[in-house]
Amino acid sequence: MDVQKNSYTFIYSTIIVVIVATLLTIAAVSLQPAQEKNVEVEKKQNILASLHIPSTPKNAEELYSRYITGTKVVNEAGEIVSGVDAFTLNMREDLKLPRNKRHLAIYEARKGDSAFIVIPLYGKGLWGPIWGYISFLRDTSVGNDQPEFNTVYGAVFDHKGETPGLGAEINQPWFQKPFMGKKIFNDKGQFVSIEVVKGGGTQNEPNKVDAISGGTITSKGLQAMLDTCLSVYQNYFKQPK
Amino acid sequence: MASRYLKLLTKPLNDENPITVQVLGICSALAVTVQLKPAIVMALSVTIVTGFSNLIIASIRNTIPPRIRIIVQLVVIATLVILVDQVLKAYMYDVSKKLSVFVGLIITNCILMGRLEAFAMANKPWDSFIDGIGNGIGYGMILIILGFFRELLGSGTLFGYRVIPESLYAAGYINNGLMILPPMALITVGVIIWIQRSINRKLIEK
Repeated sequence: MDVQKNSYTFIYSTIIVVIVATLLTIAAVSLQPAQEKNVEVEKKQNILASLHIPSTPKNAEELYSRYITGTKVVNEAGEIVSGVDAFTLNMREDLKLPRNKRHLAIYEARKGDSAFIVIPLYGKGLWGPIWGYISFLRDTSVGNDQPEFNTVYGAVFDHKGETPGLGAEINQPWFQKPFMGKKIFNDKGQFVSIEVVKGGGTQNEPNKVDAISGGTITSKGLQAMLDTCLSVYQNYFKQPK
Repeated sequence: MASRYLKLLTKPLNDENPITVQVLGICSALAVTVQLKPAIVMALSVTIVTGFSNLIIASIRNTIPPRIRIIVQLVVIATLVILVDQVLKAYMYDVSKKLSVFVGLIITNCILMGRLEAFAMANKPWDSFIDGIGNGIGYGMILIILGFFRELLGSGTLFGYRVIPESLYAAGYINNGLMILPPMALITVGVIIWIQRSINRKLIEK
């Protein structure tokens, strides 16, 4: 056969493409369930980590069903929205909606005698998306004008491709640990979010944590993410339970 | 017979090492060697892809239309790389996250195209397969050496386990943060080339 002929070249490339396409389709379809499972398990591990519950990919499912008592989705006014699953909610798409149309996911958890809620976060770092989970301890002893969910219990953050050693440090314990005990409302019950600033706050400023030297844009992005993602929950936090 | 195969397999380890002699595939060598585990997985992935792409191309080398041969080579490489990527995502998720884009970038790794053009297009399938495996190991070997030193000196760990004792840190030792960054990886490659040439004198240019 003449391998130089045009017709041969066309037929050859067509056959190659069909074979390759079939192979890849089979691989993609047969491996998809395992891949989706990995993503789901990782998410559960992150949620557990924000509650200071260490987990491995093996026991994450079991621990998740033990500690997470329920999920719900509310709107900005704090009303329950039905028909949307908190776990599979696509935050990236949802953040594009106007504030009053957004779906706000809440994970309710119980550890010992204390009740917690976990809130998912999603925002922009320097090179790509950053995300995380932040948990709040429920304090039922507060006065009527104060929100029950105010004190941060734990926070985990992760990123797609921040600079190693600088912005990428947001997924390290030294950065995440100081979030514990911070308050997102001030004494007057006004929402103040958490600021990521150089040096962190003093004793009298319980809403500031230390930023990363050299990771300014990532730190700022993280602060903006906390503000956008938490401020919409204000009404839910404040309403009497 | 056997010695010929052995030669094909061992030549890329020293005299024709893809990284230290031919200086190919440097980009990924710098990027994935911060820790030992991703370096090993990357080494294995590249070895699998070079071996099998060489085997496939050598088996069909007489049927490939010369005018589209580079495209056919790329299609074969890309298919194998996507398969490796999908398998890693399904069964080694944490490693696949660390390697992120670099698995995809195996496609553009010069070692692959180089071996296909220079060797597989003109040799028998079995020889080509051995050549591919040899080159993969030659590349992987350097990656593992790099990963070992960068993780040990940069993070004080190996495979994520702490190996430098606490007492040393208490005595004032600190991890060298520069080792984590790519420039130091390039310098380490330089040091490896230096050591290799001081042992293997025939590599020194006149």
